[in-house]
Amino acid sequence: MDLSRKLAILADAAKYDASCASSGTSKRDSVGGKGIGSTEGAICHSYAPDGRCISLLKILLTNACAFDCLYCVNRASSNVPRARFTVEEVVKLTLDFYRRNYIEGLFLSSGIIRSPDYTMEQVVRVAKSLRLDHDFKGYIHLKTIPDASDELLAEAGLYADRLSINIELPTEGGLKQLAPEKDVRAIRRSMGRLRVRIDEAGEEKKAPRFAPGGQSTQMIVGADAADDRAILSTSSNLYSSYRLKRVYYSAFSPIPDASQSLPPKAPPLMREHRLYQADWLMRFYGFDVNEIVEGEDGHLALDMDPKLAWALRHRERFPLDVNRATREELLRVPGFGKTAVERILTARRVRAIRAEDLLRLRVPVARVLPFLIFPDHSPHRLLDRMDLKSRLVAPPRQLSLGI
Amino acid sequence: MHRIALAHQTDFAGWRRQARDLLSRRVPPHAVTWSVGSSDDLFADMETSLPPVVDDGPVSVPRGFVALAETLVQHCDPERFSWLYSMLWRLRQEPRLLEVSVDPDVARLEAMAKAVRRDIHKMRAFVRFRQTLLDGEEWYVAWFEPEHHIVEANAPFFMRRFTSMRWSILTPDVSAHWDGSELIFGPAASRLDAPGDDALEELWRGYYASIFNPARLKIGAMRAEMPVKYWRNLPEATLIRPLIEEAQRRVNEMVRSGTTEPNARPQRPHQPSVPARPKGGTLDAVRLDAADCRACPLWAPATQTVFGEGNAKAPVMFVGEQPGDQEDLEGHPFVGPAGRMFDKALEEAGISRDRAYVTNAVKHFKFVPRGKRRIHQKPATPEIRACRPWLEREIELVKPRLVVAMGATAVQSVFGKAMPIGKNRGQILELDSGMQALITVHPSFLLRLPDEEAKLAEYGNFVGDLRLTAAFFGARAA
Repeated sequence: MDLSRKLAILADAAKYDASCASSGTSKRDSVGGKGIGSTEGAICHSYAPDGRCISLLKILLTNACAFDCLYCVNRASSNVPRARFTVEEVVKLTLDFYRRNYIEGLFLSSGIIRSPDYTMEQVVRVAKSLRLDHDFKGYIHLKTIPDASDELLAEAGLYADRLSINIELPTEGGLKQLAPEKDVRAIRRSMGRLRVRIDEAGEEKKAPRFAPGGQSTQMIVGADAADDRAILSTSSNLYSSYRLKRVYYSAFSPIPDASQSLPPKAPPLMREHRLYQADWLMRFYGFDVNEIVEGEDGHLALDMDPKLAWALRHRERFPLDVNRATREELLRVPGFGKTAVERILTARRVRAIRAEDLLRLRVPVARVLPFLIFPDHSPHRLLDRMDLKSRLVAPPRQLSLGI
Repeated sequence: MHRIALAHQTDFAGWRRQARDLLSRRVPPHAVTWSVGSSDDLFADMETSLPPVVDDGPVSVPRGFVALAETLVQHCDPERFSWLYSMLWRLRQEPRLLEVSVDPDVARLEAMAKAVRRDIHKMRAFVRFRQTLLDGEEWYVAWFEPEHHIVEANAPFFMRRFTSMRWSILTPDVSAHWDGSELIFGPAASRLDAPGDDALEELWRGYYASIFNPARLKIGAMRAEMPVKYWRNLPEATLIRPLIEEAQRRVNEMVRSGTTEPNARPQRPHQPSVPARPKGGTLDAVRLDAADCRACPLWAPATQTVFGEGNAKAPVMFVGEQPGDQEDLEGHPFVGPAGRMFDKALEEAGISRDRAYVTNAVKHFKFVPRGKRRIHQKPATPEIRACRPWLEREIELVKPRLVVAMGATAVQSVFGKAMPIGKNRGQILELDSGMQALITVHPSFLLRLPDEEAKLAEYGNFVGDLRLTAAFFGARAA
């Protein structure tokens, strides 16, 4: 099989992993070294028409796999053509692409072949060769096999910037049903092992280097029956337990050669989008899961973002005086991002913020006005209006395909 | 009108020198025009002589202004030098102006600086090198069309990244060359000066096509981050239109063809190696059973059951409350901060931890998530009760002569009821079973004490309690 055919198969097999991040690692470059590569700012070198960033060469070492996860195009019982790269092929491809400035580095994953340790060892060999044989200073993300030995894990962390283990599904029941060979306890134990080592490397000077870019995970959305509350609770648990850099949500997407137990359907892209917004609210805006998903319905509203939905449920907390409200309060105003809030806090120490200033804050003015009081503007009981939601939520638009 | 000519497009030093001079002469912004390169004489008769210097003192500017100005001179707007001088002029009267990013002038400069930074970032992203031979040497050459004057400022980034390569970046304004040891800037170039192809681009396009998922078309998101103006120099961009046109058909095809029969010759299935089960009725067998315990809801959010550990024939068993954050991650009892406090106190009491058995009343970590931390929660009575059979099995199998209950939860589990610690600590008590027991505080109590004096005193009491156990160790050597 020629290299381009292998690349087609093994990139196609890797595209259901949402992460392509090349951020958060130690800063380095190749000055004074023998090779190439640097990690200054996470750069997306291209974008595919699916809107996803292409930062890393994202491939599997092989798509042969002993596991039969029903949602996965590479499952043991699937009919897709199989291929396998040699370690040398991946190393050369990474360097060739990097030299031409196509990529920031490599994201390598693999189907499970022979045993977890065998598979992990192959994956680690690629990273080791890039670092030791070629003095490669670019970004390396390795997918970690849950049951791999401590020694292999230590080696992976020595060469990789980021390690990840996919939790796959938000509940144990879902995992049992769709990925019978995977074990959520083993996955969590491995995340725990990674956190202990990442913490050690960060806190103790003498500790060996270990994945300075931290660890991340991915959850598939819409393949099982879990609601948004279950998904976000799992995320909140994972962030607090294992200090993950990111939880990625991946809308279950139709795959060629779908399993009979999981027929193809359109991916829930809006739901995925709302989950990312909710995730952001939990991590950067001081929201708790139970504030984001309230009441009987365990799902996020699809027709508006979760912060606006929260504010409409809690009109008693508004309007806020933009010149007096605390940072925490301002962060809860729909339409205000972290940057806008910081700008307000800085500027109002010098002079009062007026409504006309909103234009220069680059925030959606119509969205924020009902929630704020300015020296030159009050929202005139807008908050009491029953039709506030319809005034703030744009009617759904047909997705345009034209370019 | 005063006309100032700067040496080149990004002549920040020249601007700074001239701006200082103008400021010292109190020349207002509207009386100055700025240009780049030698000025023609079209407006020569409008030239007026500069007023005299009135204030020769140093010009102080707020922190951040110099960095902002250095970025801004790279902008392509010919008015940039003028905007900057206007800002400098206002800053004399309003020294905190830069903090007011809602001010129209500040907002304009910040937007311009942002455009420059974005162009710098996009250049780092979208430069595409093509490999060629120059005088027999491998050389990587790119043609790029930046919007702003960023090449000089951005070239060191490429030098730090591609240090061991020889490369050139050619642009319509200027070219940058790195021969492996020196960064040189040359004159403007044309697209034709760069190689027309690279054998690897076909492979790259193949990757681009394969990594695209046709089922999640989001063209707007792509265009927002990769504006069309960059497409003509991206080898993969030729694929964008056909990929979009094909996408719906490919998805329909996937949905139409529906599911398939499982492969008649599947991949070799996974056969997990099942470790041999330890013999029934041993501590190891009970530990294995406890790993799957779901007698209360605490198992679900936790990482793992943390069972007791240590000498299986220990004369003394220490019982704590529950595993903490660190214990939950590592699967071993008393390895976190409280564990270190415990170890220190044991050592001071002259007791080796190896000879004891250490466990907890509740074997899963109870917590609430808070951002990147887990906040410890005291176990409730139903959870203590649900976990008690495990402790009973441990006591039954280890058969210690003394059980040490550390803290209220352990007391509740060991004695079957709540008992005040202060009143009962430090004396050997007898359990209903006839076994001897000792009550003391939990080591984490010592960690929580705010004042150093109390901490020292309580630590002493704790060590004193631990010393009482020494006699039990001595009587039966482990």
